Amino acid sequence: MESLTLSDVEQKYYSDLFVYCDTDNTKKVASNGRVLDLFRAAQLPSEVVLQITELCGATRLGHFGRSQFYIALRLIAVAQAGLPLRVESLNSVKDLPLPRFVVGKNEAEAKHAALYQDTDSQGLYPAPGAALIPRPPGRGHQNKKGPPSSASLPVHEVVQPQAPSIEPQPEPTSPVVSPHQSPPTSPASWRKHKRQHSGGNAERQPVAASAGAVWTHFREPQSVPVTGDGMWSSHSPPPPSQESWVSFTADTPPSSTLPAMHPSSVQESTTIRTLASAATTNEIQRQSSAYDDPWKITDEQRQYYINQFKTIQPDLTGFIPGSAAKEFFTKSKLPILELSHIWELSDFDKDGALTLDEFCAAFHLVVARKNGYDLPEKLPESLMPKLIDLDDSAVPEPAADVGFSSSPVEVTTNKSPSMPSLNQAWPEMNQSNEQWETFSERSSSSQTLTQFDSNIAPADPDTAIVHPVPIRMTPSKIHMQEMELKRTGSEHNHPTSPLLAKPPELPEETAIKFVAANTVGYSSSDSFTSDQEPITRQRLVTLSQSGTSPEALKVVAPPPPPPRPHPSHSRSSSLDMNRTFAATSASGQPQASAIAYPPAVPPRPLPTQAEGVAGSGAGLTTTSPQQIPQQPNFADFSQFKAFAASEQPVSLQEGDKHSEGGQVAAACKVSSGPLAPPPKPIRRRLKSEDELRPEDEQHGPQKSNVTAAVLAAQPSIPRSVGKDKKAIQASIRRNKETNTVLARLNSELQQQLKDLLEERISLEVQLEQLRPFSHL
Amino acid sequence: MFGDSIRKCLAGLQGTQTWRVGIAVIAKENYPLYIRSVASQSELKFHYTVHTSLDVVEEKISAVGKSLGDQRELYLGLLYPTEDYKVYGYVTNSKVKFVIVVDSSNTSLRDNEIRSMFRKLHNSFTDVMCNPFHNPGDPIQSKAFDGIVSGMMVQTG
Repeated sequence: MESLTLSDVEQKYYSDLFVYCDTDNTKKVASNGRVLDLFRAAQLPSEVVLQITELCGATRLGHFGRSQFYIALRLIAVAQAGLPLRVESLNSVKDLPLPRFVVGKNEAEAKHAALYQDTDSQGLYPAPGAALIPRPPGRGHQNKKGPPSSASLPVHEVVQPQAPSIEPQPEPTSPVVSPHQSPPTSPASWRKHKRQHSGGNAERQPVAASAGAVWTHFREPQSVPVTGDGMWSSHSPPPPSQESWVSFTADTPPSSTLPAMHPSSVQESTTIRTLASAATTNEIQRQSSAYDDPWKITDEQRQYYINQFKTIQPDLTGFIPGSAAKEFFTKSKLPILELSHIWELSDFDKDGALTLDEFCAAFHLVVARKNGYDLPEKLPESLMPKLIDLDDSAVPEPAADVGFSSSPVEVTTNKSPSMPSLNQAWPEMNQSNEQWETFSERSSSSQTLTQFDSNIAPADPDTAIVHPVPIRMTPSKIHMQEMELKRTGSEHNHPTSPLLAKPPELPEETAIKFVAANTVGYSSSDSFTSDQEPITRQRLVTLSQSGTSPEALKVVAPPPPPPRPHPSHSRSSSLDMNRTFAATSASGQPQASAIAYPPAVPPRPLPTQAEGVAGSGAGLTTTSPQQIPQQPNFADFSQFKAFAASEQPVSLQEGDKHSEGGQVAAACKVSSGPLAPPPKPIRRRLKSEDELRPEDEQHGPQKSNVTAAVLAAQPSIPRSVGKDKKAIQASIRRNKETNTVLARLNSELQQQLKDLLEERISLEVQLEQLRPFSHL
Repeated sequence: MFGDSIRKCLAGLQGTQTWRVGIAVIAKENYPLYIRSVASQSELKFHYTVHTSLDVVEEKISAVGKSLGDQRELYLGLLYPTEDYKVYGYVTNSKVKFVIVVDSSNTSLRDNEIRSMFRKLHNSFTDVMCNPFHNPGDPIQSKAFDGIVSGMMVQTG
């Protein structure tokens, strides 16, 4: 599903609609019935609706998640604009009008209207409400405030002259200053004002003055969204909207987080709400309190808080230690007990330090307290520290995250109270890093520690941690050998040899590992799979780097022994190279043989070298021709055997003879023990060379014999060499194929791992949500 | 302070069926930081019980401390039973003691539950300590802590 970029207006509108459809209050899924009703209300043909449902992914999912819902709304807007329905058009179409819904929204609009109708403006609302509503209910109610105000209701007009007096007051930079103006009775007067804002202009003025401070505090939430909306740059909306917001809060039964003064307004709200249908009362409550959460931090306030934070702690992502915070907040002259309570509320992760969000919440509470508000019993949702970084949250996030963005989005979007529980969930789900960050913060509390312990303990026996250990051993060994091989300059074939020794085990082990990783419980598998994955990945990568696909070989039946000796060849040849380079008198042939060995050229120099070299390896060389018909790969070895044989006497001599001898000796040893691990041939070779030196004299007379034998073997060599070349190339191709197959497998498993991690995170988030309840 | 909290507790808990008779938090110097009890019995008796249980706690601390030192178990278990009630103790590494007094008639109260209660208490206490506005050694005046304790005292089933 592509991400959806919504404007602020749309964001609000969509979240309102989602809340409207979220009859089960799941906060994640909109009930299908409601959604379909809504879509029908969009007055689109049913095929279009079906298409929209399909496009947004709801058909695939079977339900309307938040993102699906938002995408669907967008598509409805697109369809209503007459544009073809395309997934690309989701984001590409700019300035799309909001989707219009006729039937369903009318109801909601009517309720909104009803809530406002404690004034004379009753007559105005049904009119806009009944018609096709061009604007979302969220903005609608503010919008309604617009026309009524312009309709010169005495109610609103009275407020307007007060607006100028109020306007200069709110100075976001000094919210603490203004509180001095507010007497403790401001809540009471505020309440009074709410009740009587239909009449009693005189009352309103003193109330407004006294509540000015209050209003300064809370005007911003309303004015910012108002000004944020392009449509409301006029002055008239703010005061009436402010007032309406005030009345709205009177209407909405306070959530437990609203100041205690609100309960008195509940009665008022109930009488008003009788006008509305009871079914959607909750929805309206949620929507309205989302609009007008008094605990919301406005943009200017937040900026001020951030500046204050910077004075204490320049790093915005850092913490303010408790002592510094204590000094700072003591300056506000609140009683220690209240400060202590504020701290308890705002130090969300209980780490004794304040993050930026916690600090803003604490500051906000201090401001509220100074304004005369009672402290809530628990932290209001809008003040809950966001678990995502401020920077991250500033970026407009997909619809799924609508609940918990930072202040700029926060102010302009409608966060319904249904979001609060979502707030923690979504950012956590979407920001797994921060999730881990939170956990690390909480690690200081014993509570979390014990829980983690209990999680880890049972995980141990379940996981396949046992498996990886033995697996890692061998691959790493082989790995080391490969690295060694690679380092020695040899190529593709070499790594295969050591691995070929273990291919039967490796594929099974890795398969076991992967299976175990998949079947093991989420909590444990993560770390283990992560352990395993990098290892396998590393192994695979390094293996694949070598050019061939040892991994492929792992899953494939072990190739016949012959290929393995190749690395020994290479190794020997590489060592020979060292020797040859060390020996300045190295002829071009040995070098060529060493270098050219991997591809397929080696055979050529071999015969020539074999000619030049005579060794005591007569016996070996005689065996080589026999082996040639049996295994073409051995033909190489035979050549090397010849070399070894020929080199044995030559080992004493410097230069090319050493290299050849080394090669041949290694070949001999290897051929004799095809299944011997790679190092052994090297050792044997070295040994053999050492031995060869003293033996050289003994084998001296045999030189001619060996040469003859080698020469005899030569005719057969070219043929076997040709077959060798093909065999090597075929094995290379096979290895490459298996390499790609394994690479694909790897990527698939990586994807699985990611999915599992996501699932795990979601489960942990749910656990987190449930945890507070289980503790009480 | 205690009077306030106790009065609040009494007002809230009157008439409710409770198990826990009382919860007390004692500082390192053996003076109370927080005492809360239920109305069912006289406050004085509860305070007296807690006070006398301190001796047992001290004894247990010293007994275990000798042997293991840092491995000392925080949960002290049943300090001593009387005919009326049972007293459980828990001590933190900073020698802050938690004492829970429960009714003897509550036979269904398992050791695990008591342990979990102590753990909760300890966590809440830690949170209170983290508050920079709280001076260690002051009586605990945290609403959150009160909430936790009330929740534990009113627990049923």
